[in-house]
Amino acid sequence: MKFIDLLQTASSSMLRSKARTILTILAIFIGATTITLTNGIGTGIKSYLNKQIGNLGATNVLTIQLTNPSSSGPKSASSPPATYNPNQRIALVSSGRDAQKQLLMSSKDIRIIESNFGILSVAPARTIAPDYIMGNGGKYQLSLAQQFGTTTAQMLAGEGVDNNSGQNQITVPANYVSSLGYSSNQAIIGKPVTIGITNAEGIQSTVSATVVGVQQIAVIGPSSAYANTNLANQLFDIQSTGLPSATVNSYSTVAATFPNNFTAAQITNLENRLKTEGYTGQTIKNKENTVFTALNVIIIVFDMFGVIALLAASFGIVNTLLMSVQERTKEIGLMKALGMSPRRIFTLFSIEAVLIGFWGSALGVGFAALLGKVINTIGQHGFLKDFTGLSLLTFPLTTITAVILGIMLIAFLAGTLPAIRASKKDPIEALRYE
Amino acid sequence: MSSVVATKNISKTYGKGEAAFSALDGVSLSIVPGESVAIIGKSGSGKSTLMHILALLDKPTEGTVLVDNQDASSLTGRQLDVLRNKRYGFVFQQFFLNENDTVLNNVVLPLKIGRVGHKERLERGMQVLKAVELDEKANSRAGTLSGGQKQRACIARALINNPGVIFADEPTGNLDSHTGKTVEDLLFRLNKEQTITLIIVTHDPDIAKRCGRQLHIIDGRLTTKGDI
Repeated sequence: MKFIDLLQTASSSMLRSKARTILTILAIFIGATTITLTNGIGTGIKSYLNKQIGNLGATNVLTIQLTNPSSSGPKSASSPPATYNPNQRIALVSSGRDAQKQLLMSSKDIRIIESNFGILSVAPARTIAPDYIMGNGGKYQLSLAQQFGTTTAQMLAGEGVDNNSGQNQITVPANYVSSLGYSSNQAIIGKPVTIGITNAEGIQSTVSATVVGVQQIAVIGPSSAYANTNLANQLFDIQSTGLPSATVNSYSTVAATFPNNFTAAQITNLENRLKTEGYTGQTIKNKENTVFTALNVIIIVFDMFGVIALLAASFGIVNTLLMSVQERTKEIGLMKALGMSPRRIFTLFSIEAVLIGFWGSALGVGFAALLGKVINTIGQHGFLKDFTGLSLLTFPLTTITAVILGIMLIAFLAGTLPAIRASKKDPIEALRYE
Repeated sequence: MSSVVATKNISKTYGKGEAAFSALDGVSLSIVPGESVAIIGKSGSGKSTLMHILALLDKPTEGTVLVDNQDASSLTGRQLDVLRNKRYGFVFQQFFLNENDTVLNNVVLPLKIGRVGHKERLERGMQVLKAVELDEKANSRAGTLSGGQKQRACIARALINNPGVIFADEPTGNLDSHTGKTVEDLLFRLNKEQTITLIIVTHDPDIAKRCGRQLHIIDGRLTTKGDI
């Protein structure tokens, strides 16, 4: 038989006992729907988190601190106190009830890190505390961070700040636009704003900067405005006027920017080399991975339900086809007597199994996609209203194809036993069968 | 004279040792092209086993089967399948038609198995249905046909590959005497007009009488000489 005839024969014999076939397809349908939905949620949340993590900071920046052996790890309570090093300055960082010791870095550390091969630039990560920001209207509080590396926040208008620019540049979150006196995100681009800041002696002065971009409001992490290097330096200089130089020139954290095209392996290598020098470096990706690992575990658990459903369904396929083989004993005998080879008989029944798998999975995936669309629409107007830009269920074509092909494979495997049984039928016995 | 099919001293034994049962015992025969041969015997005499071996659906325990003077045991499974598909036609007592499918689809099944294209299947299907006067029923479901019509459809299916030999197993066994006669006439007309070799297994003496040669089989042995 030609393939098209096999396909047609398998289709029509599949439809011969409709109720049985439909029930088997339904079992696969449930499994396929479950797996597609759980994967859809996983993909949706991951891609949303990916976008959101961009708002936390650049992905090509390592946040570097000095490793403090006495304050890290669960051993710290029982291990002896660290020896005093007169060259090492220490700050106390309050975290909850306890104050944690934090080793401070100096320009010497920056030089050491800078000499680390492959790092583009190293800058101290300093806290800037401006008093207010003012546009065409009143004065508003502002949380401002220095932009290290390449901007990854989602921009609604304009673009990220340019760290090589000699101009004072700033990007503001979308909720600042109307307060600053502008009607739209586009209208504020290129317009000046004034930032007020007080120095250590209590004297307030102002700095002006140009708005180059409007960021989407972040759901995770703070919604800060971002300053370029020039603006950040200027503000920091004002802020630290009057402070002793030892305070100004020691930092708990420095930010090292590395090339954008670094691979994960290169980043790990960099982190390991920093570790041997006594530093701890972390990228945004490190933090992201912790979240993703937890998410993946949840998705796998949900997928297990789908797999269990599919396992049950595959026994359904075995059962359906065994009954089909039994019922069609005479037909199989006739086809063999008329010259159909055992291999073709095997193919015929395998195709029938794969067809059941195909219809079950295609309908299941289709239904899941439809359900996803409905849930997304309801969600965006209801329970997910605050999560701008979140599609709870996302179905990439690759996942859909993989689910369908995977189930067709399972169906094929389930069909082998009945198909082998069919191909081994003795035509004489089969024709005698009543 | 060269034979279409011949056997040399074939035996068929089922089971082993004490429980062994001999269905055929030392059967030698030879059938020439265009002959009509009846294999006659009671049920359990081994006539069906003999026909299955002649039709290459079964293998003898001992002895050789010759197809066109060639030892059948030297043929591969694929060659046997092709031989049965292209050279042999089968007519069964129980018809073995797919009742839910159309008459035409049932008739063209050997062509489908033989990987013949759709258009040619249609043409040749209608041609053989015309030959058995069933062309008007081509698109009816096989289940709706009467017994005689079913057997004619079955003969049409056997004819579709222009076979050299038609094996008929009790072709009139399920039919009343009148329709049985029509089917009989059809088979013998094909034998004469198209010189198709006819091998009929039957216990009906009337149909056996119309054959050119009768081979009686009792307890697995031929009581008449198997050669001409």
